Amino acid sequence: MPLNLTVSPDFAPDHISGWFYFNTYLQRQLGIPIHLELYDSFEKQRQDIREGKVDLIYANPYDASMLVRELGFKALMKPAHKADETVIAVSVSSPCGSVEDLQPGSVIATTDDPDVHTMGMIMLESADLDDSNIQVKTLKNYVLVAKTLLKGEADAGFFLKQAYDELSELIRSEMKPLVSSQIGVIHHVLLAGPAFQSHEDALKSTLLSMADEEKGRNVLQNMGLVGWELMSEEDSEFMIDLIDTLID
Amino acid sequence: MSEQDTGQVREVLIRYYDGTERVARIVDQEVPYPDGKLIVSRTDPEGIITHANQAFVDMSGYSREELIGTNHYILRHPDMPAVAFKGLWDTVAEGKKWQGFVKNLRKDGTYYWVKATVIPNIRNGQLVGYTSVRRKPSRSKIRESEALYATLM
Ligand SMILES: Cc1cc2nc3c(=O)[nH]c(=O)nc-3n(C[C@H](O)[C@H](O)[C@H](O)COP(=O)(O)O)c2cc1C
Repeated sequence: MPLNLTVSPDFAPDHISGWFYFNTYLQRQLGIPIHLELYDSFEKQRQDIREGKVDLIYANPYDASMLVRELGFKALMKPAHKADETVIAVSVSSPCGSVEDLQPGSVIATTDDPDVHTMGMIMLESADLDDSNIQVKTLKNYVLVAKTLLKGEADAGFFLKQAYDELSELIRSEMKPLVSSQIGVIHHVLLAGPAFQSHEDALKSTLLSMADEEKGRNVLQNMGLVGWELMSEEDSEFMIDLIDTLID
Repeated sequence: MSEQDTGQVREVLIRYYDGTERVARIVDQEVPYPDGKLIVSRTDPEGIITHANQAFVDMSGYSREELIGTNHYILRHPDMPAVAFKGLWDTVAEGKKWQGFVKNLRKDGTYYWVKATVIPNIRNGQLVGYTSVRRKPSRSKIRESEALYATLM
């Protein structure tokens, strides 16, 4: 039976092929069969995780918390120089110049990406906005969040900063960011489940040297990453504690 | 900034729970919370600071070297009622998450308001310390807290 690899559904569509190359690369380097399963829904993926169908996962920090504390996964690596940050943006024509200008009753365009949504809601708190006095529109991806803003169908939108920066220049020129988070220590994590344990050391050394050789660098580039860094158990516990303070 | 700001400077004797005290220079002037940032610190089980992120260093006005190894009460502002911190310690001692609005004293005597969350750090079933994460509070919550805390002094 091959081991199962999956990726948090918040990856950018441009990087899908990168994850397939990554899977091929891993199988060659580790000499074991691995099956890559991609999801477009966080819920469906979480269900499969709970049913034990996942052995290795590039998870968003919010799910990492559940994987470590509830399901016994171990955080092994993190992407180098790649923290997850959130941007709240409005249309350029919006009268709002800061988050505090957003009023109760505002329509907020968001995705089901749990980290970005959580951080976006936290950044709205300074305007006294919460679930009870805004209207949330959940969209499939960040391009749709942007389009919803540009069509005037939402007052503000939540974006993963990286996704915001990767929007076309034309779309970005029609929007303005009100606030951008600068947290620095919340990031995606590569986690291994119990069935992957005997391959952990080989995986770590493979990923650590990935950026040192051309094939590896190519694959990384296709995934939108520059390399991997080791994560200690305490690094992952610290990040999870931090996330715990952010969710109710 | 706060409607209560006068820019006035006064000297106040602060007595901490452990019997130590210091005369602090208090300046009634608020420093705004930086947008988009989280102020993060960790302490050991006694409240001695073991970790401070850059936002904490920047906002407190102390260097990282000054903060690490110091009791977290170094940030205590004399306008904060003792009962607020009793609530904090009672809550985390039960292993629960505490949340509240706190007026913090900077090294230069000015102050900043935060919405703080404190949680116990449990490793292998043992309490190893606490983590506090602060975010930007709304002006209305600051006004409410100013009014409430004044009645609890
Ligand atoms: C993780 C953690 C963070 C804390 N952060 C603050 C803080 O930012 N400001 C503050 O005045 N007290 C903070 N406290 C509470 C202090 O330890 C202390 O109880 C408080 O300043 C009151 O001082 P006293 O106990 O000497 O009266 C924190 C406690 C913990 C455990």
